Amino acid sequence: MVPQRPFWERWKKQAALQSFVWPGILFILIFSYIPMYGIVIAFQDYTVVDQISNSKWVGLDKFAAFLNDQQFWRAVGNTIAISIGKLAIGFPAPIILALLLNELRARRFKKFTQTVSYLPHFLSWVILGGMLVSWLATDGILNQLLMALGVIQKPIAYLVKPDYYWAIAVLSEVWKEMGWGTILYLAAMSGIDPTLYEAAKVDGAKRLQQVWHITLPSIRGIIALMLVLAVGGLLGSNLDQALVLQRPLNLKKSEVIDSFVFKLGIQQGDFSYATAVGLFTSVIALGLILFTNFVTRKLNDRSIF
Amino acid sequence: MRKNYGERVFQAFLWLLVGFFSLLVLLPVWNIVVLSLNDANDAAKGGVTLWPRAFSLENYKVVFQYPQIFNSFWISISKTFLGVTTHVLFCSMVAYAMSKKHLMGRQWFIRLGIVTMFFGGGLIPSFLLMKSLGLLDNYLIYIIPAVFSFYDMIILMNFFREIPDSLEESAAIDGASTYYIFWRIILPLSMPVLATIALFNGVGQWNDYMTAKIYINNPDLHPVQMFLYKIIVQEEASKLNHAASVIVMPTTARSLQLATMVITTAPIVMVYPFLQKYFVKGMMVGSVKG
Repeated sequence: MVPQRPFWERWKKQAALQSFVWPGILFILIFSYIPMYGIVIAFQDYTVVDQISNSKWVGLDKFAAFLNDQQFWRAVGNTIAISIGKLAIGFPAPIILALLLNELRARRFKKFTQTVSYLPHFLSWVILGGMLVSWLATDGILNQLLMALGVIQKPIAYLVKPDYYWAIAVLSEVWKEMGWGTILYLAAMSGIDPTLYEAAKVDGAKRLQQVWHITLPSIRGIIALMLVLAVGGLLGSNLDQALVLQRPLNLKKSEVIDSFVFKLGIQQGDFSYATAVGLFTSVIALGLILFTNFVTRKLNDRSIF
Repeated sequence: MRKNYGERVFQAFLWLLVGFFSLLVLLPVWNIVVLSLNDANDAAKGGVTLWPRAFSLENYKVVFQYPQIFNSFWISISKTFLGVTTHVLFCSMVAYAMSKKHLMGRQWFIRLGIVTMFFGGGLIPSFLLMKSLGLLDNYLIYIIPAVFSFYDMIILMNFFREIPDSLEESAAIDGASTYYIFWRIILPLSMPVLATIALFNGVGQWNDYMTAKIYINNPDLHPVQMFLYKIIVQEEASKLNHAASVIVMPTTARSLQLATMVITTAPIVMVYPFLQKYFVKGMMVGSVKG
C-alpha cells in the first residue's frame, strides 16, 4: 500500500475541485443551517427589533400557548382530514390509471392519453385556482352540468361554502397529479418479464387474473415506497393550494397548519409563536417518515435510506 | 374465436374508461380557453361551454393594454432565464467535484446535505434570514436562494460518475486544467441530464408565486404568477378593468382573469409536448437516486 501523502499536499493537488465544492457547502450552511439555528426563537420572546442573542428566553411557553389555541387545533384537524382524503383517493388513483393504460393495446391512443394526463402537473396552482373559480362559479361549468342532469335545482357557490372545501382541495389535487403519478408505475410495469404473462396464458389465467397475480405483485416494491412517502407527508399541507383556494368565508375548513404558520408569522409578525408551531409539526413529520421507513424495512427488507 | 371476441370487448371497455379520463382533463381546460375568447357580458349569462357563442378578442386586447402585465412578464421571463442558468451551472460545478471519490471532505458534505432533505428551519427562520441578508423586496430573492439544490446535485453527481475516467485522464495528460475539463468535456457530454434539470427548474421558476407572496411587496417586482394571484384571489381585476375602459365595459373581472391565465400558461403548454420525453426521463432519474 502506498502511504498517504500529507494532508496539505493532497489538498493542493485538488485545489480546483475544492473551489468547485466550497460554494455548495457555504450555500447549505447559510440557507439551510442558519435557519435551523434560527429555530431557537421558538423558545424566546423574539420581536422584529430584537437580536436572537439578546431575546428573552421563555422556555416552552410558546408551545403551551399554541397547544391551548383552538385555532391551532382547527388547522391540525383540517390538515389531517385533507391529507387523509388525498391519501385515500390520490394514492390508488394513479395505480388504477396505470393498470388501465398498461392493458390498453391501442398504442397511439395510449400515448395521447399520457400526454394529456401529464399536462395538469405543469399548471401552477395560481392557474388551477383561477380555473376552479371559473368552473365552480354559480354560472360555471359544474353547476350547469349538474343542473342539466337534474342533480341540483339552484346553482351552488361551492368555493364560499365551507362544507365543500375538503372535497375541492382533495379532488383538485388528484385531478392535477393523477396522470403524472402514473409515470413511475408504468415504468415498473414495462420492466415485467413478458414470459410471465405467456406462462399464465398457457395456464389459462384470464386478463384480470394476470393483473392481480402478475402485474400488481411485480410493482409491490414501488407501491410500498410511494406509500411511505405519502404517509410521511400527512402533516404537510399544500401551501400553494391553500393560499389560492382560501376565502374568508371558507376559512373554517380551509385553514391548514402551513397557512396558519404563514399568517401568524409573515403577516402578523408573531415570529416566536409561528416558529414553535412550525417546529412542532416538522418534528412530528420527521418522526412519521422514520417510523414508516422502519415499518417498510421490516416488511420488505428494503428502505428508502 | 370466442376468446378474441372477449378481448375486443375488454379493449373497448378500456378505451371508454381511458377516453373518459382524457375528457375529464381536457374539457375543463378547453372550457377556460373558450370562455376567454367569448364576449364577457355574453359569457356572464352562462351557457358557454365548448364553443364561443359570441367570439371576441376584447379580453386579450384589454389585458395587453395594462402596463403592469408587460412588466410582470418581463420579471417572469428574466428570472426564469437567469435562475435556470445559474442553478444548472452552480449545481453541476458542485456535482462534478462531488463525483470524484478522492475529494477530501466528500462524505462530510453528503451527510451535511442529507440532513437538510429531512429537516429544515421552516418558514419563519428562513424569512428572518432573507430579511437579514437584505433580500426582502429584492429581485435577487428569485435567484440566490434557488441557485443550489442538494437533490439536483445528487442527480447530476450520479450522471457525472458514469462518464469514463479515461476521457478526463487523457485530457489531463495533454495539460488540460480542471476548469477546462469541466467546461469542454464534462458539460457537453451531459446535455441530456442538464436539459432535464433545466426544464424542471424552469417550470418551477415560471410557476412560482410563493416567493413573491412571502418576500416581495413591491408590485413592480412581481412575476406574472403573482400578478395573477392578486387578480384572482384579491380581486384586483376590477381595478384592471377600470384602467382599461372609461364608458362601456366590454370586459368583466372574470373574463380578464381568464385571458391572463391563458396567456400565462400558453408558453408551458406550447413547449411541453415536445419536451415530454425529457420530463419523463427526469422523473425516472430522480426516482433512482442513491
